[in-house]
Amino acid sequence: MDALPDHMRPERSFQGFILALQRFWAEQGCVILQPYDMEMGAGTFHPATTLRALGPKRWNAAYVQPSRRPKDGRYGENPNRMQHYYQFQVIMKPSPPNLQDLYLKSLAAIGVDSSVHDIRFVEDDWESPTLGAWGLGWECWCDGMEVSQFTYFQQVAGVECAPVAGELTYGLERLAMYVQGVDRVYDLNFNGREGDDKVTYGDVFLQAEQEYSRHNFEYADTTMLFEQFKMAEEACRKYLAAGWREGGNQKEHLMALPAYDQCIKASHVFNLLDARGVISVTERQSYIMRVRELAKACGDAWVHTEAGRAV
Amino acid sequence: MPDLLLELFSEEIPARMQAKAADDLRRMVTDKLVAEGLVYEGAKAFATPRRLALTVHGIPARQPDLKTERRGPKMGAPDAAVQGFLKATGLKSLDEAKIQKDPKGDFYIALIEKPGRAAIDVLAEILPVIIRIFPWPKSMRWGARSAKSGALTWVRPLHSIVATFGPETEEPEIVKFSVDGIEAGQTTHGHRFMAPAAISVRRFDDYEAKLKAAKVVLDPQARKDIILADAKELAFAQGYELVEDQVLLDEVSGLVEWPVALMGSFDKEFLSIPDEVIRATIRNNQKCFVVRDPKTGKLANKFILTANIEATDGGKVIIGGNERVIRARLSDAKFFYETDLKTKLEARLPKFEQIVFHEKLGTQAERIKRIETLAAEIAPLVGADVAKAKRASQLAKADLLTEVVGEFPELQGLMGKYYAQAQGEDASVAAASEEHWKPQGQADRVPTDPVSVAVALADKFDTLAGFWAIDEKPTGSKDPYALRRAALGAIRLIIENSLRLPILKAARSALSGQSVKADADKLPGDLLAFFADRLKVQLRDQGARHDLVDAVFSLGGQDDLLLVVRRVEALGKFLDTDDGKNLLAGTKRASNILSIEEKKDKRTFDGAPDVALYRLDEEKALAKAIDQVKSEASAAVAKEDFAAAMSAMAKLRPAVDAFFDKVKVNDDDPKVRENRLKLLNEIRSATRAVADFSRIEG
Repeated sequence: MDALPDHMRPERSFQGFILALQRFWAEQGCVILQPYDMEMGAGTFHPATTLRALGPKRWNAAYVQPSRRPKDGRYGENPNRMQHYYQFQVIMKPSPPNLQDLYLKSLAAIGVDSSVHDIRFVEDDWESPTLGAWGLGWECWCDGMEVSQFTYFQQVAGVECAPVAGELTYGLERLAMYVQGVDRVYDLNFNGREGDDKVTYGDVFLQAEQEYSRHNFEYADTTMLFEQFKMAEEACRKYLAAGWREGGNQKEHLMALPAYDQCIKASHVFNLLDARGVISVTERQSYIMRVRELAKACGDAWVHTEAGRAV
Repeated sequence: MPDLLLELFSEEIPARMQAKAADDLRRMVTDKLVAEGLVYEGAKAFATPRRLALTVHGIPARQPDLKTERRGPKMGAPDAAVQGFLKATGLKSLDEAKIQKDPKGDFYIALIEKPGRAAIDVLAEILPVIIRIFPWPKSMRWGARSAKSGALTWVRPLHSIVATFGPETEEPEIVKFSVDGIEAGQTTHGHRFMAPAAISVRRFDDYEAKLKAAKVVLDPQARKDIILADAKELAFAQGYELVEDQVLLDEVSGLVEWPVALMGSFDKEFLSIPDEVIRATIRNNQKCFVVRDPKTGKLANKFILTANIEATDGGKVIIGGNERVIRARLSDAKFFYETDLKTKLEARLPKFEQIVFHEKLGTQAERIKRIETLAAEIAPLVGADVAKAKRASQLAKADLLTEVVGEFPELQGLMGKYYAQAQGEDASVAAASEEHWKPQGQADRVPTDPVSVAVALADKFDTLAGFWAIDEKPTGSKDPYALRRAALGAIRLIIENSLRLPILKAARSALSGQSVKADADKLPGDLLAFFADRLKVQLRDQGARHDLVDAVFSLGGQDDLLLVVRRVEALGKFLDTDDGKNLLAGTKRASNILSIEEKKDKRTFDGAPDVALYRLDEEKALAKAIDQVKSEASAAVAKEDFAAAMSAMAKLRPAVDAFFDKVKVNDDDPKVRENRLKLLNEIRSATRAVADFSRIEG
């Protein structure tokens, strides 16, 4: 790698950190995507993972995805818990035989040297009830801290993965905090500059954390949200129903992506309602089921699209 | 004789699965070898996070030749049967078959000789099958091959296989097989970070040694020993002692191939959190050990981690990183603990109205109310203060709603005690939060404080009554609500505290508190029978004879478990004496005669014998002895002095012996016969003062 200016070095700046990861995975042949333009709880929801993980076609991609977890808001008062944070997501289908090695090299690329750090793969079976998905893998530990999730997808949206995709999810803030040596996420150096030019993570996001925590826990309009959930659910089903075509000798679907957007929407609206505490324990399960049904129907549609089906 | 070396090298195997996997591998390979006629001398299996390894030594180089006989059709059987027989056995014609004589008709026998195969060929056949069917708790597909059906599944991606076979003195051969594209060979790899290069291995000796040189300790026990010894030494060097933790040690040894123990510390301010919370935080989340100060017995602000590498900086960065994480975790724990302390336990109770205990048994709040009522009823019987028992019942479950217990469920009860103490509750009331859950199992301690005992019993009786009322009793191996454990817990509480607690009455009270309608006539008896069964199991485990327990329970109305146990003990001792043995024999003889005659006459011989019909002195003597023994034994039983009751019984023996010696029961005079049978019946009923002798074996 050619010499980077200091302010772009991964251990100096949050943005340099992200760029280093993007550059590393670009070199492994991944397409570097931009975040999906919808609110979602995890990078896995991005159609580049959820839908592209399905079907036989090769797919290698990496991207940053803002993750919204309304319930995790702490009004900016917790040193590392936030309702909005970044995940860096890598998906490789089929999973390459050296995926663990690639992952370790990516850590080296962001300044984590495996000769002084204790890096471990600790069992963690991944399951997303809302996505109808599961996989086996690990949480990756660096000196006792969980820094990534590593999963071999076995099933997504109710569809068996054939071939299996490997998914890596990096908790960007947490890793960057470690690399920069700060204990409070808001103290992260965002742009790598010093003095008056320095911009911290707190400069960028602290106010947002406070405002959204207020919104998520106290003011989010629940009447509207309940309505939105229903609308998204109905729209998803409507688009799915409208998308089927009898093409040649096989069934085709022409609107899996727009339908899946509504599934993402429903999932986020549910998370907001959950944060507002207006969903009882028993109802909770049924909402999760409803989103899962949407996800499964979208998965089924996707494998009948150009990108999702065989040849 | 040759040895087998097998290694299955994969991505990281979950720690909790390693020991069983190693065992399964050994069992499956050796079972199959034996089934193939290859009886080996010894086998040992190992696991690390990245490999399962097996060595089997002393395998014969070849299978023995197999001679089998196969029975064919009778002579003169239809041609189709003959042709089928020839085809199945490979004989060219019936001339090659032997003929066996048989009274039902002679038939053909084929002698099939199967020459033994080379063991290495057998291995090449069985190993891939074992890999294919290996019983991982959860397995997965991976990579490009996962698109095809029939792809290999393994716990995590399998990368390579070592399989060599040969005698100690020669260069071993590779067992040639492949599984889903992975060819068996003799190449493996060392430590992921410290020695990742390929290693060529020949047999187990050099395999284990080369791995060690490549920073892999193959034997899990050796890794445990290293971790334990190093951790103890680190602690000792600082004047502390390690808090040993076998479960954690097992897990940690499955997370490293090259264990390196390192010590870190945390801020002393965190020592204000209860030790158990610190330990749970550090252990569960970080898989680190804690150490204590031997002088005070309290935790010190240190922890011991087990790294997987010898870091080039001596572990400074690793310790620093772990300290940061532990600091953050302890900050959370401290925050939880302090938050919990701000809310009184009773203030949490209304929340229980929203929490369902069981859909048919109402909310937790209702259950707590029932426990309170029942505990108040039980309190006087166990010497507990009623007000305290009620207060303790109200608070006992409240810690389930605290942050710390939410985070560490294993601290339920204990945290309740701490929080109760912190809010100034009476010591017994506070203790009950922890103790009322006990005893959890056979090894667990039984509480003795009367308040704890009252709440513990109320809790268990309510659970049992509730699930009995909705007919969710344990069946076979299924006991999802741990009702057997609840009953056994109640039994131990009663017996070990020498409590007088009539089960039927307690069961009736517990049932009447349930909101579901229960069969108030039948269920208490059912529950008592369940208790009797559990008690039998318990006594049998302690070495008592289960038939004696039966003999006591079959007297009926025995719902005072303490008395049942005492009676069983006294009976056991009595039956060990000559008097006891002979009386038992006499009683059995009486019972046998009676049952035969009862059957013959199709009637029973109840009722008092007629004094006027006694003909012999022995009859009179027996009648007198029975009267005397009956009244003495009953009086002793009434005083609960079972030893005295047994001594009284002993007095019956000479009279019974003399009676059988001299008196012919089946007298020719039917009246005399009837009278004598009635007398025999009296023996039986006299002994029933202490037990139903007919239930006693021997």
